Amino acid sequence: MLSEMKKNLYPLIFLLALAVFPFLAREEYYEHLVILFMMWVIIGSSWNLLAGYTGRVSFGHAAFFGSGAYAAGLLTYHYGISPWWGMATGGLLATAVAFPFGWITFRLRGAYFALATLALNEVLKDAAKIAEPLTNGMVGILIMPTFSSKLPYYYIIMAMMVLTILCMRLTVHSKLGYYFVSIREDQDAAESMGINTTRYKMISLGIGTFWTGLAGAFYMNYMGFIDPSVVFSLQDISIAAVLVGIVGGAGTIYGPAVGAFVMIAVQEFFRSGFFGVFKYFGDKTGSAAFATLSEFVKSAHALGFGLLVIFVILLLPNGIVGDWGKIKKRVFRVKTVG
Amino acid sequence: MSFFKADNLVKHFGGLAAVNNVSFEVRKGEIFGLIGPNGSGKTTTFNLISGIHRLNSGKVIFKGQEIHRLPTHKICKLGIGRTFQVVKPLGRMTVLDNVIAAAFVRVNTMREARELALQTIDFCGLLPVQNLLAKSLPIAWRKRLEITRAMATRPDLLLLDETSAGLNPTELLKAIELIKKIRDSGTTVIIIEHIMHVIMSISDRIHAINFGQTIGEGTPQEVAQNKAVIEAYLGTDYA
Repeated sequence: MLSEMKKNLYPLIFLLALAVFPFLAREEYYEHLVILFMMWVIIGSSWNLLAGYTGRVSFGHAAFFGSGAYAAGLLTYHYGISPWWGMATGGLLATAVAFPFGWITFRLRGAYFALATLALNEVLKDAAKIAEPLTNGMVGILIMPTFSSKLPYYYIIMAMMVLTILCMRLTVHSKLGYYFVSIREDQDAAESMGINTTRYKMISLGIGTFWTGLAGAFYMNYMGFIDPSVVFSLQDISIAAVLVGIVGGAGTIYGPAVGAFVMIAVQEFFRSGFFGVFKYFGDKTGSAAFATLSEFVKSAHALGFGLLVIFVILLLPNGIVGDWGKIKKRVFRVKTVG
Repeated sequence: MSFFKADNLVKHFGGLAAVNNVSFEVRKGEIFGLIGPNGSGKTTTFNLISGIHRLNSGKVIFKGQEIHRLPTHKICKLGIGRTFQVVKPLGRMTVLDNVIAAAFVRVNTMREARELALQTIDFCGLLPVQNLLAKSLPIAWRKRLEITRAMATRPDLLLLDETSAGLNPTELLKAIELIKKIRDSGTTVIIIEHIMHVIMSISDRIHAINFGQTIGEGTPQEVAQNKAVIEAYLGTDYA
């Protein structure tokens, strides 16, 4: 019981800190970062349910993110319906895209399924580019944001994040969770244990894509602008979702949250030119070299995250949360019992 | 109505007839042995019964129902559990979680599944290792985990595929004991086994196949004296 409480304590403290954060930071830039972080927790968690727990790796989660974003955007753009209604339809559309896709591709195993998700990603991206009367093509969709302040968005995405994590926890600690992990470990054994593997893979895909679609719809609301290359982006959404899962720890509840935090931190660390260190030295010394260096560093954030992933895979194959025991032992020299 | 009946099973892999016109009936409550040299089609027969392979022709009838067109998971729900010759532990789950996952086919809540799983683990003697990861188990425990997981689905008919292979003499005795215990608890067993003294001592009846075809059936004594069986195992000189 005590360990159960302790397990919940850290997330609760963290959540409390997130809740009061806007009042402490009082700067839109930081609020923006935390909003993105929380959005990535949702995307990472839903990717994790499918890949980490059910063992079906998706390389195309942008397909579902983009579907959600467009569902919200198009309803507003064409019919003037509030984009908040699009939140619900965003999630549902993502799932609606996922079902026929899963029904066809779940007979593929391992890397072949991952490749199929990659294809879906690209197909939807091109479809959104080509279907100009519907989607405006490359021009994208612009809608008026509902709120001028970031605060409402902050608490909306926070609520969504909490719901996502609660949903994941409920799922994982139930019959569904046991079935998902069984399928991940050995599909044939699972089938012979009476598990309808096709049905349960579909359920996992359904839940996972619903939340990603919801995050996409939120993104439409929050940013006010989407185009195919942003929301169906292979490297910025699909691959990033995989990386968030792997760095944090696939198959752990809080892994994607840690992964999302690391990703946003690394991204901003590079984007801001190591928090303005180069700019500072450039101004001090008057040397143009620092400014050039700063530019290079800014465009190298993907490289930085890539390097981080390599190190994580080499040293912590189960991710930061999955290998937490190992980190404690090595870094903090804490001896774990058992 | 017979409890279980395999009727003229035929399975071809390309040009090879892996199972060719094999028929047998199993009575409720018995241990039915399936023997034959390597590659004679025993495991394929199991795969046909549990729906992993589809029959080319023939019928599998279980409790009056034709089951050979059903998917594997439905066959399990109807009450046929199986183990795999090459064991398939769910590696990154604990032994208990392995069995809980299997128990969910009969119950729906976590509490009931846990209870059923613990009962089964106790019944099969896995209590000492219940909290270990399945992948950390040595082979004897893995084989036993296969049986436990199958038993947690509460089968009326259990297919055991070489659950004694690779065990040392002490472990072997325990395995035999467990199989008898399973039979006594009311589960009918079809068992594939290579170790002759195991199959001879526990089977009520034995069915022998070679090259996918039936070569004999009867009590262990009858089969041991069957000319075709001796020929298949020891060669024509001994027959």
